[in-house]
Amino acid sequence: MSVSSKVLPMRTEEDLMIVRQTVKAWMIEQEFSLLEQTKLVTAISEIGRNALVYGGGGSALLEQLLENCRVGIRVTIEDQGPGIADIEQALQDAYSTGNGLGFGLSGAKRLVMDFDICSKPGQGTRIKMTVWN
Amino acid sequence: MNPIPLFHIGDFLLVSIPEDLSDSMVTRLQDSLSRKVIKLQIKGVLLDLSSVTIVDSFIGRMLGNMASITAMLGAEAIIVGIQPAIAITMIELGLGLNNIKTALNVDQGVIMLQILAADKAIDYVSKQ
Ligand SMILES: Nc1ncnc2c1ncn2[C@@H]1O[C@H](COP(=O)(O)OP(=O)(O)OP(=O)(O)O)[C@@H](O)[C@H]1O
Ligand SMILES: [Mg+2]
Repeated sequence: MSVSSKVLPMRTEEDLMIVRQTVKAWMIEQEFSLLEQTKLVTAISEIGRNALVYGGGGSALLEQLLENCRVGIRVTIEDQGPGIADIEQALQDAYSTGNGLGFGLSGAKRLVMDFDICSKPGQGTRIKMTVWN
Repeated sequence: MNPIPLFHIGDFLLVSIPEDLSDSMVTRLQDSLSRKVIKLQIKGVLLDLSSVTIVDSFIGRMLGNMASITAMLGAEAIIVGIQPAIAITMIELGLGLNNIKTALNVDQGVIMLQILAADKAIDYVSKQ
Protein backbone atom coordinates (compact mmCIF):
# COMPACT_ATOMS: atom_id res chain seq x y z
CA MET A 1 0.00 0.00 0.00
CA SER A 2 1.32 3.40 -0.93
CA VAL A 3 0.87 5.84 1.96
CA SER A 4 2.23 8.89 0.25
CA SER A 5 3.70 9.66 -3.12
CA LYS A 6 5.33 12.39 -5.09
CA VAL A 7 6.08 12.87 -8.78
CA LEU A 8 9.22 14.79 -9.63
CA PRO A 9 10.64 15.76 -13.01
CA MET A 10 13.77 14.07 -14.33
CA ARG A 11 14.90 16.43 -17.03
CA THR A 12 18.15 17.91 -15.77
CA GLU A 13 21.00 16.85 -13.50
CA GLU A 14 19.59 19.24 -10.85
CA ASP A 15 16.31 17.27 -11.00
CA LEU A 16 18.33 14.11 -10.40
CA MET A 17 19.97 15.70 -7.35
CA ILE A 18 16.57 16.68 -5.95
CA VAL A 19 15.24 13.14 -6.41
CA ARG A 20 18.32 11.72 -4.67
CA GLN A 21 17.98 14.16 -1.79
CA THR A 22 14.22 13.62 -1.37
CA VAL A 23 14.62 9.84 -1.20
CA LYS A 24 17.56 10.16 1.18
CA ALA A 25 15.44 12.35 3.52
CA TRP A 26 12.57 9.83 3.43
CA MET A 27 14.94 6.97 4.20
CA ILE A 28 16.42 8.80 7.17
CA GLU A 29 12.88 9.46 8.42
CA GLN A 30 12.03 5.76 8.05
CA GLU A 31 15.25 4.78 9.83
CA PHE A 32 16.86 2.85 6.99
CA SER A 33 20.53 2.07 7.67
CA LEU A 34 23.18 4.31 6.15
CA LEU A 35 24.21 1.44 3.87
CA GLU A 36 20.64 0.96 2.58
CA GLN A 37 20.35 4.71 2.00
CA THR A 38 23.61 4.81 0.08
CA LYS A 39 22.69 1.79 -2.05
CA LEU A 40 19.27 3.05 -3.14
CA VAL A 41 20.43 6.62 -3.74
CA THR A 42 23.32 5.32 -5.86
CA ALA A 43 20.96 3.07 -7.86
CA ILE A 44 18.66 6.08 -8.43
CA SER A 45 21.60 8.07 -9.66
CA GLU A 46 22.50 5.41 -12.23
CA ILE A 47 18.96 4.87 -13.49
CA GLY A 48 18.16 8.59 -13.44
CA ARG A 49 21.27 9.41 -15.41
CA ASN A 50 20.40 6.75 -17.99
CA ALA A 51 16.92 8.31 -18.32
CA LEU A 52 18.57 11.70 -18.93
CA VAL A 53 21.31 10.52 -21.27
CA TYR A 54 19.56 7.82 -23.30
CA GLY A 55 15.89 8.54 -22.69
CA GLY A 56 15.99 12.31 -23.14
CA GLY A 57 14.59 12.85 -19.63
CA GLY A 58 11.35 11.81 -17.99
CA SER A 59 9.95 11.65 -14.48
CA ALA A 60 10.37 9.96 -11.11
CA LEU A 61 7.53 8.65 -8.98
CA LEU A 62 8.49 8.31 -5.32
CA GLU A 63 6.26 6.26 -3.02
CA GLN A 64 6.38 5.51 0.68
CA LEU A 65 4.99 2.03 1.23
CA LEU A 66 3.40 0.32 4.19
CA GLU A 67 2.77 -3.38 4.17
CA ASN A 68 1.57 -4.95 7.38
CA CYS A 69 4.26 -3.62 9.73
CA ARG A 70 6.96 -2.94 7.18
CA VAL A 71 7.81 0.37 5.64
CA GLY A 72 9.32 0.61 2.23
CA ILE A 73 10.21 2.97 -0.57
CA ARG A 74 9.57 2.52 -4.24
CA VAL A 75 11.11 4.69 -6.93
CA THR A 76 9.83 4.47 -10.48
CA ILE A 77 11.85 6.27 -13.12
CA GLU A 78 10.47 6.48 -16.63
CA ASP A 79 11.30 8.11 -19.91
CA GLN A 80 9.74 8.23 -23.36
CA GLY A 81 13.02 7.66 -25.18
CA PRO A 82 14.03 4.96 -27.68
CA GLY A 83 13.68 2.08 -25.20
CA ILE A 84 16.01 -0.90 -24.91
CA ALA A 85 15.73 -3.64 -27.53
CA ASP A 86 17.76 -6.30 -25.73
CA ILE A 87 17.31 -5.95 -21.97
CA GLU A 88 19.40 -9.05 -21.18
CA GLN A 89 22.32 -7.53 -23.02
CA ALA A 90 21.87 -4.07 -21.46
CA LEU A 91 21.88 -5.72 -18.02
CA GLN A 92 25.29 -7.30 -18.59
CA ASP A 93 28.27 -5.83 -16.74
CA ALA A 94 30.41 -3.66 -18.98
CA TYR A 95 27.85 -3.39 -21.79
CA SER A 96 27.51 0.20 -22.99
CA THR A 97 26.44 1.85 -26.21
CA GLY A 98 27.66 5.19 -24.87
CA ASN A 99 31.03 6.09 -23.39
CA GLY A 100 30.23 4.71 -19.95
CA LEU A 101 31.66 1.68 -18.20
CA GLY A 102 28.35 -0.13 -18.59
CA PHE A 103 27.86 -0.84 -14.89
CA GLY A 104 24.86 1.43 -14.37
CA LEU A 105 21.96 -0.93 -15.04
CA SER A 106 23.61 -4.12 -13.77
CA GLY A 107 25.02 -2.32 -10.73
CA ALA A 108 21.69 -0.68 -9.83
CA LYS A 109 20.02 -4.09 -10.03
CA ARG A 110 22.54 -5.51 -7.56
CA LEU A 111 22.05 -2.58 -5.17
CA VAL A 112 18.30 -2.86 -4.56
CA MET A 113 16.09 -5.67 -3.24
CA ASP A 114 13.56 -5.54 -6.02
CA PHE A 115 14.38 -4.30 -9.52
CA ASP A 116 11.84 -4.36 -12.30
CA ILE A 117 12.46 -3.09 -15.81
CA CYS A 118 9.95 -2.59 -18.58
CA SER A 119 11.27 -1.27 -21.86
CA LYS A 120 10.22 -1.64 -25.47
CA PRO A 121 11.78 -0.11 -28.56
CA GLY A 122 9.97 3.10 -29.41
CA GLN A 123 8.00 3.12 -26.15
CA GLY A 124 10.50 4.28 -23.59
CA THR A 125 11.79 2.71 -20.41
CA ARG A 126 10.32 2.33 -16.93
CA ILE A 127 12.32 1.00 -14.01
CA LYS A 128 10.89 0.27 -10.56
CA MET A 129 13.16 -0.16 -7.59
CA THR A 130 11.81 -1.14 -4.18
CA VAL A 131 13.45 -1.51 -0.78
CA TRP A 132 11.95 -2.55 2.56
CA ASN A 133 13.07 -1.75 6.06
CA MET B 1 26.33 26.89 -7.33
CA ASN B 2 29.53 27.75 -5.46
CA PRO B 3 32.73 26.18 -6.71
CA ILE B 4 34.31 23.48 -4.57
CA PRO B 5 37.03 25.07 -2.40
CA LEU B 6 40.65 24.00 -2.82
CA PHE B 7 42.82 24.48 0.28
CA HIS B 8 46.50 25.13 -0.20
CA ILE B 9 48.72 23.59 2.50
CA GLY B 10 52.43 23.91 1.74
CA ASP B 11 53.13 21.96 -1.43
CA PHE B 12 49.80 20.17 -1.20
CA LEU B 13 46.20 20.86 -2.14
CA LEU B 14 43.27 19.58 -0.12
CA VAL B 15 39.98 19.20 -1.93
CA SER B 16 37.01 18.67 0.34
CA ILE B 17 34.38 17.04 -1.86
CA PRO B 18 30.87 18.13 -0.78
CA GLU B 19 28.08 15.79 0.30
CA ASP B 20 26.12 15.58 -2.95
CA LEU B 21 27.69 16.62 -6.22
CA SER B 22 26.10 17.64 -9.46
CA ASP B 23 27.79 16.50 -12.66
CA SER B 24 28.72 20.06 -13.62
CA MET B 25 30.37 20.64 -10.22
CA VAL B 26 32.57 17.60 -10.81
CA THR B 27 33.50 18.73 -14.30
CA ARG B 28 34.38 22.24 -13.07
CA LEU B 29 36.43 20.81 -10.23
CA GLN B 30 38.48 18.75 -12.67
CA ASP B 31 39.30 21.90 -14.57
CA SER B 32 40.12 24.19 -11.63
CA LEU B 33 42.14 21.49 -9.88
CA SER B 34 44.45 20.87 -12.83
CA ARG B 35 45.01 24.58 -13.34
CA LYS B 36 45.84 25.10 -9.68
CA VAL B 37 48.28 22.19 -9.62
CA ILE B 38 50.30 23.86 -12.36
CA LYS B 39 49.99 27.45 -11.14
CA LEU B 40 50.99 26.69 -7.55
CA GLN B 41 53.46 23.93 -8.50
CA ILE B 42 51.60 21.47 -6.32
CA LYS B 43 53.35 18.20 -5.40
CA GLY B 44 50.38 16.34 -4.00
CA VAL B 45 46.59 16.42 -3.98
CA LEU B 46 44.29 15.00 -1.33
CA LEU B 47 40.74 14.32 -2.44
CA ASP B 48 38.79 14.12 0.81
CA LEU B 49 35.59 12.09 0.44
CA SER B 50 34.65 12.00 4.13
CA SER B 51 31.50 14.14 3.64
CA VAL B 52 30.43 12.41 0.44
CA THR B 53 27.20 10.41 0.67
CA ILE B 54 27.14 9.04 -2.86
CA VAL B 55 29.66 7.88 -5.45
CA ASP B 56 27.96 6.63 -8.60
CA SER B 57 29.67 5.52 -11.81
CA PHE B 58 29.93 9.08 -13.13
CA ILE B 59 31.53 10.49 -9.97
CA GLY B 60 33.72 7.39 -9.63
CA ARG B 61 34.99 7.83 -13.16
CA MET B 62 35.67 11.54 -12.53
CA LEU B 63 37.63 10.77 -9.35
CA GLY B 64 39.75 8.31 -11.31
CA ASN B 65 40.28 10.91 -14.03
CA MET B 66 41.29 13.58 -11.51
CA ALA B 67 43.87 11.23 -10.00
CA SER B 68 45.26 10.38 -13.46
CA ILE B 69 45.36 14.02 -14.58
CA THR B 70 47.14 15.04 -11.37
CA ALA B 71 49.67 12.26 -11.93
CA MET B 72 50.29 13.46 -15.48
CA LEU B 73 51.05 16.91 -14.13
CA GLY B 74 53.75 15.42 -11.93
CA ALA B 75 51.86 15.48 -8.63
CA GLU B 76 50.65 12.64 -6.45
CA ALA B 77 46.93 12.16 -5.83
CA ILE B 78 45.46 10.33 -2.88
CA ILE B 79 41.80 9.71 -2.15
CA VAL B 80 41.04 9.81 1.57
CA GLY B 81 38.08 9.43 3.89
CA ILE B 82 35.90 6.95 1.96
CA GLN B 83 33.12 5.89 4.33
CA PRO B 84 32.34 2.16 4.73
CA ALA B 85 28.84 2.47 3.20
CA ILE B 86 30.35 4.17 0.15
CA ALA B 87 33.06 1.53 -0.21
CA ILE B 88 30.55 -1.34 -0.03
CA THR B 89 28.20 0.37 -2.50
CA MET B 90 30.99 1.13 -4.96
CA ILE B 91 32.21 -2.47 -4.97
CA GLU B 92 28.67 -3.81 -5.42
CA LEU B 93 28.13 -1.38 -8.26
CA GLY B 94 31.29 -2.72 -9.90
CA LEU B 95 33.48 0.33 -9.33
CA GLY B 96 36.86 -0.48 -7.84
CA LEU B 97 39.27 2.46 -7.65
CA ASN B 98 42.03 0.55 -9.41
CA ASN B 99 45.51 2.09 -9.54
CA ILE B 100 44.43 4.89 -7.21
CA LYS B 101 46.19 5.50 -3.92
CA THR B 102 43.96 5.77 -0.89
CA ALA B 103 44.44 6.56 2.79
CA LEU B 104 42.14 6.38 5.78
CA ASN B 105 41.88 10.11 6.49
CA VAL B 106 43.48 13.49 5.76
CA ASP B 107 46.22 13.06 8.41
CA GLN B 108 47.31 9.71 7.02
CA GLY B 109 47.05 11.10 3.50
CA VAL B 110 49.39 13.98 4.33
CA ILE B 111 51.96 11.55 5.76
CA MET B 112 51.66 9.43 2.63
CA LEU B 113 52.16 12.48 0.41
CA GLN B 114 55.24 13.54 2.38
CA ILE B 115 56.76 10.09 2.02
CA LEU B 116 55.96 9.97 -1.72
CA ALA B 117 57.42 13.46 -2.25
CA ALA B 118 60.57 12.58 -0.30
CA ASP B 119 61.00 9.34 -2.30
CA LYS B 120 60.70 11.32 -5.50
CA ALA B 121 63.31 13.84 -4.35
CA ILE B 122 65.76 11.08 -3.35
CA ASP B 123 65.16 9.38 -6.68
CA TYR B 124 65.84 12.62 -8.50
CA VAL B 125 69.05 13.42 -6.58
CA SER B 126 70.42 9.90 -7.00
CA LYS B 127 70.05 10.18 -10.78
CA GLN B 128 72.03 13.42 -10.97
N1 LIG C 1 16.61 4.69 -20.29
C1 LIG C 1 17.25 4.10 -21.30
N2 LIG C 1 16.81 4.26 -22.58
C2 LIG C 1 17.46 3.67 -23.62
N3 LIG C 1 18.58 2.91 -23.50
C3 LIG C 1 19.07 2.72 -22.26
C4 LIG C 1 18.44 3.30 -21.11
N4 LIG C 1 19.15 2.91 -20.01
C5 LIG C 1 20.16 2.16 -20.46
N5 LIG C 1 20.12 2.03 -21.81
C6 LIG C 1 21.06 1.23 -22.65
O1 LIG C 1 21.67 0.25 -21.85
C7 LIG C 1 23.10 0.37 -21.88
C8 LIG C 1 23.68 -0.01 -20.54
O2 LIG C 1 23.34 0.97 -19.56
P1 LIG C 1 24.30 1.16 -18.31
O3 LIG C 1 23.76 2.22 -17.43
O4 LIG C 1 24.54 -0.19 -17.71
O5 LIG C 1 25.68 1.62 -18.98
P2 LIG C 1 26.09 3.06 -19.50
O6 LIG C 1 25.09 4.10 -19.12
O7 LIG C 1 26.39 2.94 -20.95
O8 LIG C 1 27.45 3.31 -18.69
P3 LIG C 1 27.60 3.78 -17.15
O9 LIG C 1 26.25 3.77 -16.54
O10 LIG C 1 28.53 2.80 -16.53
O11 LIG C 1 28.19 5.15 -17.23
C9 LIG C 1 23.37 1.82 -22.30
O12 LIG C 1 24.61 1.98 -22.93
C10 LIG C 1 22.17 2.07 -23.25
O13 LIG C 1 22.44 1.58 -24.53
MG1 LIG D 1 24.40 4.33 -17.18
